[in-house]
Amino acid sequence: MRFWRPMAALVWKDLLLELRSRDIVVSALVFGLLVAVVFNFALNVSPGRVAELAPGILWVAFAFAGTLAMSRAFVREREQGGLEGLLLAPVSRDAIFLGKVLVSFIFMLIIEAALLPVFAVLLNFSAFSLTLALTILLATLGFATLGTLFSAIAVQTRSREIMLPALFFPVILPVLIGAVEVSGTVMGGGGLGDGGTARWLPLMAVFDAVFLVICPWIFSIIAEE
Amino acid sequence: MADFSYGGSGSQVPAVPAAPAYGNAVEVQGLEKGFGAAPVLWDLDLTLGWGEFLTIFGANGAGKTTLLRILSGQTRPDGGAVRIAGFDLRRQSEAARRRVGVVSHNGFLYDDLTCRENLSFYGRLYAVANLKERVAEALERVGLSRRADRRVRSLSHGMQKRLSIARAILHQPSLLLLDEPESGLDRDSVSALAALLQEWTAAGRSVVMTTHNVDLGLAWGHRAATLSGGKLDFDRAADCPLPGSGGAAVGS
Repeated sequence: MRFWRPMAALVWKDLLLELRSRDIVVSALVFGLLVAVVFNFALNVSPGRVAELAPGILWVAFAFAGTLAMSRAFVREREQGGLEGLLLAPVSRDAIFLGKVLVSFIFMLIIEAALLPVFAVLLNFSAFSLTLALTILLATLGFATLGTLFSAIAVQTRSREIMLPALFFPVILPVLIGAVEVSGTVMGGGGLGDGGTARWLPLMAVFDAVFLVICPWIFSIIAEE
Repeated sequence: MADFSYGGSGSQVPAVPAAPAYGNAVEVQGLEKGFGAAPVLWDLDLTLGWGEFLTIFGANGAGKTTLLRILSGQTRPDGGAVRIAGFDLRRQSEAARRRVGVVSHNGFLYDDLTCRENLSFYGRLYAVANLKERVAEALERVGLSRRADRRVRSLSHGMQKRLSIARAILHQPSLLLLDEPESGLDRDSVSALAALLQEWTAAGRSVVMTTHNVDLGLAWGHRAATLSGGKLDFDRAADCPLPGSGGAAVGS
């Protein structure tokens, strides 16, 4: 209870703030849509090359739109002084961190749910796939967990807009590669167990588990100062 | 004392409940903190009993805010021991933080939430019982009941300061840490804050306040001290004149 209540309060507060301001989801969505349009015209994805090109384009959009959303969420927290207010409270750092992860996870899922049909229409692939949904869930969980940690670090620095992607992308790369590989298999007509899915999906789950154990611990150390 | 007033003026707001007394409110021994090569606090000792009000004066950069940040658990000291209400700030950090309320230059308020929503959020973090009533009480105390459902960004600076005071007292902490709390408040609000703090200490709760306003600091505090060279000097009763000062009180 001492863990879940503050976590739920944090999620409630961030969702309410986003409902009022709409600056995180809307800016990430606009960015994602621009990526979709630009890549669509630049690469001219023909039906025969969908499985080759579409996964990369899709995950570039998801990754950068997600990074934008996570960075903005922490900047808002810092600008309004809330981060220090949170750390003053008698709440475990794990609850604060995991609350923030949950918020980022929800924001990213909303952004992805809105962008996916647009990409499916523009790039001509089927978005209705359980394997693709599972891939998105696993990759987004890893993104949200690691991204929240690096956002908390980057927000302390002056060049935070550069720092977050510079720190974040090299570490999240295995998850990103896995997501692209599995998405490629799905868009090529494969399913669970085909191609690289049997190898990549469990690996992504392992990465998520590792991030969920290590990141709260690192956050509790950096939050002390 | 317009709408910041409470108690004594016909208001139905309950009095401050007595603080549970464990050990001393604050016990600091050999505190050290530096930034880079420059030490800010050096071998600092401080003991504050229950119901005491300590005012700390000091020049800019003397370390007043750093001391308050260490006492609130926001900044980790380089050395020394800090106990709040008997709890070690390092090893029993959550228990210690639960007993501290902070009013600083940063209000820790979210602009796009209403006054009530801000207090409800912090109340949940502090696991405040009967939250709805307690939020209404805190808003009443700082005279913001009529503005409870207004967003923080629409409030004046002084009202935001009052709301941050409500946030700090919402969980009825045993120790209030105030960093220049009078800044941004109008005269009536400052008087009302004085009354609130008087009631606060009368209930056995303690206060540490920093200020540059010597008259106000000496009038409000039971003890006064100056922070200089990393240590607290002249720590004594606020109305005690300095030796050879021709009657000027400590800190002046």
